[in-house]
This record gives sequence, C-alpha cells and structure tokens, in this order.
Amino acid sequence: MAERGNVPPAQAAGPVRARTERLGAWTLQKIERLGFAARFFLAILRFSGPSLRRFGLVMREIHFAGVLSLVIIGVSGLFVGMVLGLQGYETLVRYGSAEALGTLVALSLVRELGPVVAALLFASRAGSAITAEIGLMKATEQLAAMEMMAVEPLARVVAPRFWGGVISMPLLAAIFSSVGILGGYLIGVVTIGLDAGAYWSQMQAAVDFRDDVINGVIKSCVFGVAVTWIAVFEGYDAAPTAEGVSRATTRTVVTSALVILALDVLLTALMFRGT
Amino acid sequence: MNRNRLLDLWVGLFVLIGIAALAFLALRAANASSFAAEPTYTLEARFDNIGSLKVRAPVRSAGVIVGRVSSVGFDAETYEAVVSFRVNARYPFPKDTSAKILTAGLLGEQYLGLTAGGDPVMFKEGDTVRLTQSAVVLENLIGQFLYNKAAEGKSGDDRPAESKPADVKGADVKGAEGSR
Repeated sequence: MAERGNVPPAQAAGPVRARTERLGAWTLQKIERLGFAARFFLAILRFSGPSLRRFGLVMREIHFAGVLSLVIIGVSGLFVGMVLGLQGYETLVRYGSAEALGTLVALSLVRELGPVVAALLFASRAGSAITAEIGLMKATEQLAAMEMMAVEPLARVVAPRFWGGVISMPLLAAIFSSVGILGGYLIGVVTIGLDAGAYWSQMQAAVDFRDDVINGVIKSCVFGVAVTWIAVFEGYDAAPTAEGVSRATTRTVVTSALVILALDVLLTALMFRGT
Repeated sequence: MNRNRLLDLWVGLFVLIGIAALAFLALRAANASSFAAEPTYTLEARFDNIGSLKVRAPVRSAGVIVGRVSSVGFDAETYEAVVSFRVNARYPFPKDTSAKILTAGLLGEQYLGLTAGGDPVMFKEGDTVRLTQSAVVLENLIGQFLYNKAAEGKSGDDRPAESKPADVKGADVKGAEGSR
C-alpha cells in the first residue's frame, strides 16, 4: 500500500494561493483515500477465499460481532417496538383505526427501523471495536510482524472480520424486527387491550414477504457490507499511534452512521417508490 | 486449529435465533402464502375510472382474495384505464364474470371485486373482462346528491331549473352504466 504524506504547503506564495493549494491538496487526499478504500475492498474480496476456507476464523468474528451484540440489539428492538406501539396507538385511535396498529408496527420495523437502527447499533457496538482492534494491531506492529512471517494480514485478520460482520448484520436486523413486533404486541394487546387476532391478521394482510421482508433483508445486507468495510478500512488505515486509533474509531462510527442513512434513502427510493 | 466448542455453540445458537427471526417475519408477520409462487393467469379489464386502485391491490370474489392487480395503465385512444390482474389458477372464472372496483370499509383501500356469471366457457390467459363497473368517486356522489336536492327544492322556485337537472341525468346515466 502506498505511503501517503501531506503535501507541503506553499510558503513562498501569497495567502490566497496558499489557501487554494491547501484546498486542492485536501481534496486530492480525500479522493486518494477513497481510491485506496476501493482498492482495499477488492483486496479483501481477493483474500476472502482462503479465510472462508478456514471457517473457524470467521466463526470467531461472528461470535464477536453477532453473538455479543445480541443483548443490545434485542433490548433496543423491544423498546423501539414498545414505543411504536404507544405512539402508533395514540395516532391511530384518533382515526378510529387502532386495529391497524399491527400493520404500523410491523411495516415500520421490517422496512425501515429494523435494518437502519440495527445497523447503527452494530456500527457503534461492533464496528468501533473492529477498528480499534485492527488499529491497535497496526500500532503495535503485529500486522508488520505477520507480513514478515509471510502471513497475509488481509487474509488472516481483515477478511474474517469483514465476513463475520457481513454474515451477522442481516441476522441481527431480523432479530431486531421480530423482537420489536413482539414489543408492539406487549403494548398494544397486553397493556392497551387491543384484539390479538386483529393485531396479527391486519399485519399479515399488509406485510408482503417479497416486497417488505426480503427488501428489508437486502437493506441490512448492504448496510452490513458498508459498515464492516468502513470499520476494517479505518482500522487498517489508522495512524499507528494511540491518538490515531482513537480518531479512527470515531471516524468509523460517524462515517458509518452517515453512510447507512444515505444508503437508506437510496435503497428506499429504489424499493418502495409508490406506484 | 483446535475447535472451541463453547464458541461454536454460541455461534450456532446465534445463527439459529437469526433464522428463527426471519422465519417469524416470513410466516407470522407477512402473508406466507404469497411467496409460494402459485400458478396464475392474467386477465384485463377496462374502466372509465379506477378511483385510487393501485398495483398489488387485492382481487376478491365473494370476499376471498383470489388474485392481485399487476398493472394499471391508460389507453390514450379510448381514454380508459386498463387494469391487468393475476388470478390464482385454482379459481377459473366464467366468461361473463363482471368486475367492479369496490372499497373496503368507508375509507379503506380499494380492491377489484369479481362476480361470477353462469357462462360454461371459462376465461383463458390474457382475456378481457367485458362487464365492468367503475369506482364510485366520492366527490361525484356528493355533487349528484347536492344537485338532486337542489332540483327537489326548486319545484316551486321561480328560476328555470332545466340545465342542472339535465346534467344530473347525464351524470346518473354515466355512473350507473359504466358497465358495458
């Protein structure tokens, strides 16, 4: 991977020119970083074969990214579903259609909140940890040591973490949505006292497997790729110092959140444009 | 690499829970029947006005969902709406079946209602439903009601009330005979 230093600022020239040159250098640096990230993505895919064959490595990462995120995903899903139940009931009862609560809760969760909120939580819970881990490995020269021993760090360290995240994300989103629907049930049926049959049947009439559930899964897969790609890239590209690792971790969470929301707008516009 | 049994157990459990959640979404939250792609046949119907009928709206006969609307188009030559819909192949309908656009509840979604006739010949793939009745548009209905009221009130009025009742007649005929 190429060394990328800062372009020296123009000292001799006038202030306007210096500022312009700084802006240009900054832009070039960002574009270069994007190009490096894209090349890094291809390199991960190239080294995926060997690491997928040693599936134990990926297993460890699924345990780390998926199993250990279960509690936060489950609890948040339950709370989000309960809030949807409460708020949805307040609004729907004004129009005399409180029976549609099941539809409202299920559609909001399956289409939007499940994939998006699960991905945001995943980015802050697992993505930041992946960045910190890889960044620290780089700072303590473990990655360089691996290369010395002819072990490719991309295959041994990066690719298993990438696939672990990509496999965990859709499962976590599905768990989030399911638990949320149960949370809505707890509020709507158990607490408020709506009819349980209406809750489920209205939901089943409105939620479509292909249009809603599958599209939600596709969304969460896309988010999974984006978040883990950002996480492993920021870790690999971190400045090899304590400060560099901490900055990279922050950048992972911020960039992931922005990318998730931007991708969500795009995907929603593609999938659910009204006819 | 030595196997770590506790880790494998946890990962296996996680994948199981995830798949169970997906199955729950598919079977309990969604209508699972829709992904078992059953054979269907496509029919077409032309309407003067489809109201707010949308793609994927249900097609019902006797209240049971027998199909879905697959596309809604506009014929620029006859200025009619062309609605294509798929009906489950298990339910053949006779050739003189009529199609209406109805509303579920007072303000609910609109759907296509099929009323079977008595013809021994059944519809084939791509046939057109001849007998159709357009959607009831609430504004037209209210307009007609107001005109009728006005016409009633005007029996003893001094103003000549020819033009409006004539209009109402025209609208009435169109509304009732949207079928062809």
